[in-house]
This record gives sequence, structure tokens and C-alpha cells, in this order.
Amino acid sequence: MQGNSSFRLPTAQGYYGDFGGAYIPEMLYPNVEELQLRYLEILDEPGFQRAFRDLLRDYVGRPTPLYFAKRLSQRFQTNIYLKREDLCHTGAHKINNTIGQILLAQRLGKQRIIAETGAGQHGVATATVCALMGLSCIVYMGEKDIERQAPNVARMRMLGAKVIPATSGSKTLKDATNEAIRDWINNPTDTHYIIGSVVGPHPYPDMVARLQSVISEETRWQLKEKTGSELPTHVVACVGGGSNAAGAFYHFLDEPGVELVAVEAAGLGINSGMTAATTALGRPGILHGSKSLLMQTDDGQVVEPHSISAGLDYPGIGPLHANLFKSGRGKFLSATDEEAIRSAFEVAKLEGIIPALETAHAFAAIDQLSLTESDQVVICLSGRGDKDLATYMKQMDMTGS
Amino acid sequence: MSKLKDLFDRKQSGVLNVYCTAGYPGAESTMEVMEALQENGADIIELGMPYSDPLADGPVIQASSSIALLNGMSISRLFEQLAEMKDRIYIPVILMGYMNPVLQYGFERFCSDAARAGISGLILPDLPGYEFEHEYGAVVSKYGLDFIFLVTPETSEERIRKLDQLSSGFLYAVSSSSTTGSDKQMEDVSRYLQRLKGYGLKNPVLVGFGIKDRQSFETAGKYANGAIIGSAYIKALEGADDVRTSTKSFLDSILVKQTD
Ligand SMILES: Cc1ncc(COP(=O)(O)O)c(C=O)c1O
Repeated sequence: MQGNSSFRLPTAQGYYGDFGGAYIPEMLYPNVEELQLRYLEILDEPGFQRAFRDLLRDYVGRPTPLYFAKRLSQRFQTNIYLKREDLCHTGAHKINNTIGQILLAQRLGKQRIIAETGAGQHGVATATVCALMGLSCIVYMGEKDIERQAPNVARMRMLGAKVIPATSGSKTLKDATNEAIRDWINNPTDTHYIIGSVVGPHPYPDMVARLQSVISEETRWQLKEKTGSELPTHVVACVGGGSNAAGAFYHFLDEPGVELVAVEAAGLGINSGMTAATTALGRPGILHGSKSLLMQTDDGQVVEPHSISAGLDYPGIGPLHANLFKSGRGKFLSATDEEAIRSAFEVAKLEGIIPALETAHAFAAIDQLSLTESDQVVICLSGRGDKDLATYMKQMDMTGS
Repeated sequence: MSKLKDLFDRKQSGVLNVYCTAGYPGAESTMEVMEALQENGADIIELGMPYSDPLADGPVIQASSSIALLNGMSISRLFEQLAEMKDRIYIPVILMGYMNPVLQYGFERFCSDAARAGISGLILPDLPGYEFEHEYGAVVSKYGLDFIFLVTPETSEERIRKLDQLSSGFLYAVSSSSTTGSDKQMEDVSRYLQRLKGYGLKNPVLVGFGIKDRQSFETAGKYANGAIIGSAYIKALEGADDVRTSTKSFLDSILVKQTD
């Protein structure tokens, strides 16, 4: 709909350029309207801010380090800094959002929390904050993801959450999200839905981006301490729905000199029919309550995506990113399953860090950027790879590496 | 004149609207199902356009949508099937579906083709009031189609009045906040329906979600102009050898023969 001057802030109706809005059935309206009317006021409240900052520091372990990756920099003949979201409590950036939303849910008087999860990181982060606050927690997870991310399923259960398998469609993140939305429709008064990425109806994309923006807020001063300049030349992040990328980009969105690089999962290859590279293949469409880019058939049926990484196995992206893509403000690349695996092994050996499979896609794209020795590249290391060990081990068995 | 308006001018109570999924149970069932509904007492047909991710629907209707999609159903195919609808179906037919397939088809092209096929109105549950007012409503009325909004027990009075203003044909009162096919007590719903009645809305009101048998149909009829049956009918078609027989026995079980 109407344009706006900032890439960061949507319009009052939740539009980033042509994308966003709240395309929801009436049954969801009271819940979504309550959030629309109250999220900014709550997020800006001094008491909320204090509680949020205290928990991020003392419970999550923020600020997370910005680490100069010397050997990786040598390998690519440039300067690479890793924003260590993998060191957050629970092992990924997802908890920045769940801490914020649980504090919001408390202020809205909600007692029951639901969430969807793909890789299980958001599910674990939600189960964790529910345990912390003593709220009941239900996590919807695709049947296929329950199999491939078993350690996270066990963690959620140990934290007291109920994990409900989503058995429809592709049995992955998209279907888990459908089930969570249906649950919310059926429980309209006592339940808050903690969406795990910058997707969903307005105000979720903006709310989640604000809560994740702590990533780039810290990056700016940390980079200044290290290099004398707050601004890198590039910020690179993987994109499933786009929350770690939104957080890593946020305070650079209106700095045109900083190149923002979003890396999607190409699966077996963009033209293989087994991919999750939304911007490469998607057209404008509506899924999960917002207008964005969407992988779909000519008839407008949502295509079942594929990625080896459960967290990127999603047929859409958040509306903020769709706008970055369409306007050219963001550069969108992709990496295949195989390239991601190869990069994960390389980063492990060069830096002693085992990244999540999702994050491995961000590393796999470094090669596609023409970097110079003077570039300052920040890569958002969105999560650690413990949950993916089974996949990595299978790879080692196959290659003997 | 709108077929829906005509219907409600003639009949103010006990209006029965039955939902069916296009392309279900068989790829070519659409017309046969609609004819069977018309012959056996339905006043309105709500024809669902299947979608891969039907958020407002429960498991029964979702499963019928998946089968219809496997049967190769699409909006283009649906309009092919509806080519003879004008000659064969005289009761109002409403298309129900989700925005994404409609947008891919092209919103204006969709409205134009629907009007040409003789469709009376549209229900697009994920098209919000704001976007309807600012972008799509004008196209809907350009082609003379009615547009029906949903309200729920949680919808505020102010918003109910607003959605009533934006709607034409009738207003769809969701009996409880739920997806289709859920089973909440109809009696709980009566207070909400009485409240709706008290507002003096411009549109007739049909109640949907959870209407599954004669008793729930009649309860709904006490406070509204009629009701919408969806999941219960889809269930009745499940594994049916003969659509006509199953439809007849289903509708016979809902409707009382006019006596006294
Ligand atoms: C470590 C990690 N990175 C990235 C993602 C992708 O999500 P998003 O694009 O919202 O950051 C996930 C999702 O599960 C994840 O666990």
C-alpha cells in the first residue's frame, strides 16, 4: 500500500511498502487488535524496558560478544566479525524475542502461552521463559521436525512444555504455524501466541524486529570499540522468517552505506523443486496473516518448501524483508544444503565454533560476495549446532571426514 | 436484484445455508453436490474454494480441501465447472475461500468471472475490513456481488455495526470463537445471538460453526434468520457412494417437513 521513508518502521496498518498488514479471520481480531493497540505502549514502558534489559543481561547473558574471526578472515582475505548469538542462553537469538514477549504476555494478563517451532530453538526459548515465569506452554511442531530435531524436543519436554505434532501439509514449520493460529482462534481470551520470527499479522513483524534489534544495537558500539567505526561494510544473516536478520540489520537499515545480505536456503538447488529460496521463486501472496513474498503454485496454493535446516524450511519471509528485497535495499543470496554443511565443517575447524545448520547458510554465502581486504563484515552467528549433531554426524559417516 | 436479498425478503426464518467444498468428494462432484443440495431443501449454497492453508477451518473441512486439491481443483477449473450453473442452480451460491488463491487469480478477474457464472456473493475470511474498504470493496460492488463478513462472540458492538455496514446479503455470526467443526454448546450461544438481534442490524444473520443436526439448527433459528452447516455435511459425504442419496438423507435429518 502506501510507502514510507524508513525501512525499519511499518505504517500504522503494518505495511512495509507493499507488504505486511493483518490478513486474519475475524476470530483472531480481538487478540490481534489488543496487541496492535498496546504493544508500543508496553514496549516503551520504563518498567518493561528495565525488566527486559535485566533479563537479557543476567539470564540470557547479553551483550553477546562481537568476535573477530581471525582464521576465517584470512581464509576469505577480509575482516569478519561474528555476532555471537549462539552464546545466548538456550543457544540461539530466539530467546531475545521470547523474553520480550513473555513480559508483554504478563502485562496483558495472559496465562497460557502457545508457540510454533521449526528447528525447535524458538520452542525451547519459549518453553524456557514459560518455566521462568510459571506459565503453561504449548508448542506446535511439524512431525517431520520432531524427528530431525530430537534433542530440542527433549529439552522442551524437560522444561515442562507440551509438544504437539503438526501432521498436516508438509509437516514442518508452516503447518506448525497453522496449528498454533488455530489454537489461538479456539482460545481467544487467556492465550498469548509467541510467534518466533518477523512473520504473522501486524504487529508481530514490527514487535519481533524491535525485540531482536538488540543484536545490531550492540554490534554498533562493539564495532566502534574494535575498529573506531560503528558501521561495517556488510551485515550477513540467514533468513527463515527473518528474525535474526531483522535484529542484525535493524540499526543499519537506514544507513545506506551498509550492505545488508540475507541468505536463504536453496535446499537441493533453486530450480530443483526442493528449496526454500523464497525471494528467488516467490511472488506476492498472503500467508499466516501478512502479505509478503511466498512460494506458491500458479493457483495460489502454498508450495511445500525444502531445506536441510528446519529453521529455514519455510515458504515465506517476513514483510520487512520482502520490502528490502523489492526496494533493492537488501541483497538476497541463497546457499544449498550441501554448501551449508560444507561451511559448517569449515567454520568448526577454522574457528572452533559449531554453528547451527541455519547459520551455516550465512557462512556459505561469504564466497558469493566480492569482499576486499578493507571490508568489515559482520556475520550474525544466530545459533549453535548442538541440535544438528545428528545431521552433521551422518555427513561424517558418509564422507569419513 | 441480489438473489440473497430476494431470498431474505421471502423467508426470514429457518434459512438453511449448506457448505460444500468444490472438487469434493470427486473432482467432478461440484455441480452434482450443488444440485442435490438445491433439490433437498438448502436455501443457499456456500461453495468452498480449497486452499492449502485454511486457517479458519477445522480438520474436517481442511481434509476435504486437501482431497479437492489432490483432485486437481483450482479456481480456473472451478469456473469451468460452473459454466452451466446459471441454467441449473437457481438458489443463491456464495463462494467462500482464502485471499491468496484469489489474489493469484487476480481479484478483479475473479469477481468478474464469479459474477458471469451467476455467483451471488463472497466470503473471504482473511480479507480484513480495512483492506476491503480501501482497496477491494469497490471491485466487489462493481460486479454486483454481495460480500459477507464474519462476527464472533468476541466482536465488539462498534465493530459489529461497522462490519454490518460493510456487508450485504447477510452477516455471518460465528457461534463461538473457534475453527469450523468445533463442538461448543449451542445454548451458550443464545445470549450472544440475542445481543445481535437487539442491535437492529441492516443484514439478516445466519449462524455458523458447530451447527450439525436438527437440534442445533433449530436452536440457532430461534435467534437468527437461519444457520450454516459445514463440517457435518462434509462428514456425511465422506466415503459416500452416491452424493445424491447421502445429501438427501443428511438434509432430511436436519429439516422438518412443513406441518401445522
Ligand atoms: C539458529 C537459528 N538461526 C536462524 C533461524 C531462522 O529463523 P529467523 O529467520 O527468524 O532468524 C532459526 C530458526 O529456528 C534458528 O534456530
